[in-house]
Amino acid sequence: VCIHRVRSCSSIRFIKSKYVCVFDKSALKFSHQQRLFRTSAVSCGQIVQFKLSDIGEGITEVTVKEWYIKEGDSVSQFDSICEVQSDKASVTITSRYDGVIRKLHYSIDEIAFVGKPLVDIEIDASKGVAPEEDVVETPPMSHEEHTHQEIKGHKTLATPAVRRLAMENNIKLSEVVGTGKDNRILKEDILNYLAKQTGAILPPSPKAEIIPPLRKTETVPAAPKDKAHKIPVHVSRPIAFSGKDKTEPVTGFQKAMVKTMSAALKIPHFGYCDEIDLTQLVQLREDLKPLAEIRGVKLSFMPFFIKAASLGLLQYPILNASLDENCQNVTYKASHNIGVAMDTEQGLIVPNVKNVQVCSVFDIASELNRLQSLGSAGQLGTSDLTGGTFTLSNIGTIGGTYAKPVILPPEVAIGALGKIQVLPRFNGKGEVFKAQIMNVSWSADHRIIDGATMARFSNLWKSYLENPASMLLDLK
Amino acid sequence: MVLQSSLKNCFWLSCVLRTPKACFRSTASGGLIIQSVSNDVYQNLAVEDWIHNHMDLEKQQVLFLWRNSPAVVIGRHQNPWQECNLRLLRQKNIKLARRRSGGGTVYHDLGNINLTFFTTRKKYERMENLKLVVKALKALRPQLDVRVTDRYDILLDKQYKISGTAAKLGRTSAYHHCTLLCNADKFVLSSVLKSPYKGLKSNATPSVPASVKNLFEEDPSLTSEMLLDAIAKEYAMQHQVDHHITLINPADETLLPGISNKTKELQTWEWVYGKTPKFSISTCLNMAYKDSVLDVKVNMDVKHGRIEVCNIDLPEQWLPPGLYSELVKSLTGSKFCPNETTMLVTTLLRACPQDDELHSRWSLLCENMIMLM
Repeated sequence: VCIHRVRSCSSIRFIKSKYVCVFDKSALKFSHQQRLFRTSAVSCGQIVQFKLSDIGEGITEVTVKEWYIKEGDSVSQFDSICEVQSDKASVTITSRYDGVIRKLHYSIDEIAFVGKPLVDIEIDASKGVAPEEDVVETPPMSHEEHTHQEIKGHKTLATPAVRRLAMENNIKLSEVVGTGKDNRILKEDILNYLAKQTGAILPPSPKAEIIPPLRKTETVPAAPKDKAHKIPVHVSRPIAFSGKDKTEPVTGFQKAMVKTMSAALKIPHFGYCDEIDLTQLVQLREDLKPLAEIRGVKLSFMPFFIKAASLGLLQYPILNASLDENCQNVTYKASHNIGVAMDTEQGLIVPNVKNVQVCSVFDIASELNRLQSLGSAGQLGTSDLTGGTFTLSNIGTIGGTYAKPVILPPEVAIGALGKIQVLPRFNGKGEVFKAQIMNVSWSADHRIIDGATMARFSNLWKSYLENPASMLLDLK
Repeated sequence: MVLQSSLKNCFWLSCVLRTPKACFRSTASGGLIIQSVSNDVYQNLAVEDWIHNHMDLEKQQVLFLWRNSPAVVIGRHQNPWQECNLRLLRQKNIKLARRRSGGGTVYHDLGNINLTFFTTRKKYERMENLKLVVKALKALRPQLDVRVTDRYDILLDKQYKISGTAAKLGRTSAYHHCTLLCNADKFVLSSVLKSPYKGLKSNATPSVPASVKNLFEEDPSLTSEMLLDAIAKEYAMQHQVDHHITLINPADETLLPGISNKTKELQTWEWVYGKTPKFSISTCLNMAYKDSVLDVKVNMDVKHGRIEVCNIDLPEQWLPPGLYSELVKSLTGSKFCPNETTMLVTTLLRACPQDDELHSRWSLLCENMIMLM
């Protein structure tokens, strides 16, 4: 209590005299009455000029580099107000008071002087928030608890809002570990403490992060279809207690996506789905993986899917075409530039493998490796991202079976590949066996593609994959 | 002899770091020397943040020793485009970090050691710290001509900079950190610290270039470990503590609660690029198209790392007006970042008429724009 008394005297010096009579020594003895005294204090706001304090090393002026607050903002004691710089030293100026910022005395890049006013703060006593924060250190508690605090020897720093939260939940601030500046207790600390006590499961964060397999260092390009495939577990973060809606402008790449997807909507889509038995392909890939590794390339399933698609496009070139704006002409593209949808931090990007019609499965695998590492490093070039004619989206690496993919203009078809599941199926003899099943969902532009074409293409693609040896017959 | 202990067994240290006043009074006072086991610049900067925010430095000061794998570290209020060759950094996979202290840009690799002196705000004293370093160097190699300048640099042979300084002051605590060139790659250093970006106008803190030299070049028998040890010894002597370096793992959340959040924050685009003070670019693209060269004036204002205003002075009808306005509209508010822009322009292209001529003009313009970032 002694320490607190000293503190309150020093902070009173900065406030007008009408406060002094309220916080005299006798008041401090009754710690449980402290809140009462605050509410009975003078109600109108007091404008205080917060001066720039001494920086040290004899420095008299600094440059204001960044404001953390603006006029009209509420601040609590110890909140950061601005960042100033002086001769290679960056200094964070924190508020001494709780209140509302009424005036900033400097703008960015202006020189501020030590000892001169930096900001004007209106101290609003009617809210029960007063600069004598140091006095109201301990919330209402028993005598034993009070002693316990002193033994620990350090004061518990927390804003009035946090203290209220603790009090409402019957939490002793001394038992909460503060993770804020100077061991200050933050709202999150109270929440964590609460969660531990009640075993409460706090609601998941709205910004759910799907961890794409691409980001793992040991990942294979675009389609890691391992048998023991683990689906990434989404770890949720609790929402802050006083959750507020957050509005952000749609900018940059997102804005461009809005335009593209709006254009895509104009295409009349139809869907066609099927299931593929990849049992033989799984075995083939196992056999070929080490050979590819010797050559320095990670072999996933995607190169097979891509090559099979290209073989199919040779038979059904309309799926590799483009319809012009007025729907007057159809252009059959000579190159099979097959796009592979990739999920990155920034969003969905679709780099494409050029001229698949003249590439071997190994070439495709190698190119996919290159695109994938550039993609995760955020270094894909414009040529990698343009010129696509047909797209495959391996959503199965994240999860899912059937999907309804959206065609990416100016293309006319797209395929979404679900995850490979081990399922029981009947063979020709009527016996049940373990099959590696993957679902495919195609979408096509119904203006120039009909269901029959899509179905036949899909069947051909399926036959190549279910019986990989048949691909050898048609490889060019 | 330096005693190094793993933190897993140092239970007393976790007391020290959390409630130093309570536990530590009884044991050695004055100074604590810790060294990071990590070479990740973000993790190490996060440790600085953590100590600055959470440790009570009244009774004891802290010396933190750390080294990083190749990284460029810019000061709090600097402009990365102005300070370094970002393209080269990306190519060479060199990390870019923005520290919280002021000052200029430095290149770190394992041949450079970092020293951070943590004190209370009142005891903040950079000259003393640098004199300590010089004293340690002279104790190790008396013939070294090293001295501290009034700009808080350490010069070798009166002309080569071997150490730069920066500082951060908070409400109750402060830190002063400096580098020390032992055996860094000078070739990479000079190439990454040269900015190729023209036409930049900014009030960001500029770096003052200087000729540098490695201590290793002066005396090949010196290693980073020897220098770290000598400085720790001198610090220990001045603070009257044991010459004992405690190893610290910046990934240890139990020891340093909240450290992983600090590490993550330092890696966000918003911190590294978004904290750049407002700047403008006024330049001319020389685009070779068909048989001629087009001079295209570009003016952009970038605030918080995002394009606030964008003007591209193209010849009339070179691009369909609708497409041009679409490009400017999309770039406005977008990150001043080559990857973001690449994704943006390639996506926009999908909704355009499929015309080879148009495509090649678009690609040419966009490639040139991306080069500015």
